[in-house]
Amino acid sequence: MEITERKENNVIVVSVAGRLDAVTATGFEKHMSTLISGGEKKVVVDLGSLEYISSAGLRGILSTAKKLKAESGAMYFAGLRGPVAEVFKISGFYSIFKIADSVETAIKQI
Amino acid sequence: MEALLKKQVPANLENLNDLMEFIASYALAMGFERDRIGEIEIAAEEALVNIFNYAYQNKDGATETGDVEVACGKDGESLIVSITDEGLPFNILAKADPDISSTLEERSIGGLGIYMIKQFMNGVRYNRENGKNVLTLTINKHRG
Repeated sequence: MEITERKENNVIVVSVAGRLDAVTATGFEKHMSTLISGGEKKVVVDLGSLEYISSAGLRGILSTAKKLKAESGAMYFAGLRGPVAEVFKISGFYSIFKIADSVETAIKQI
Repeated sequence: MEALLKKQVPANLENLNDLMEFIASYALAMGFERDRIGEIEIAAEEALVNIFNYAYQNKDGATETGDVEVACGKDGESLIVSITDEGLPFNILAKADPDISSTLEERSIGGLGIYMIKQFMNGVRYNRENGKNVLTLTINKHRG
């Protein structure tokens, strides 16, 4: 897993590439937790280069979303494709999260 | 079942990637597509991580060492993956499905992995035999 981030106005765009699994999910969660406690309130998670996500990855996303919600923050997901989109569908994540086709759209809507 | 290949390692997270590669390369050799292999990995990861975390817990809740064995074989066009441990009895199929229509606030963190095993695999069988848990996954080229 590789995380890169950039800031656009007051929106932080976090791109997650590679595999979000039982080995890497803790690192993702810690990274996001640091952003949230650092005061980031508008978070776009770009999953366009994510190849694989398991339940451990979903857990990391759920707990991040709960933390952000507790801080009255907002989160969008963008760029979902192939197997990652399928896992989001099966898990019902499309109904609990805001999902945009592209990072640009997510930044506009957040 | 034919062409059986086995890999036995200590049941711990450090061995997850090796076991994933072992299963993925077997599936690839059988002609499974990349996306379908991802679904197989999701199911296998869930079963394995459960074993790593819970199978070898002693009465005090501490984790003792133990092995896990993964065997890959074929049944016609289907891939058969069986995962065996000698830990505490645990029937993964007995766990209730999560409520996937609940809101973010109500969502419990967990249960999704076992649900995905059931969704992605064509067959899932659990046996407790001779002090061993044996989980057998049957996987066709297409989920359908």
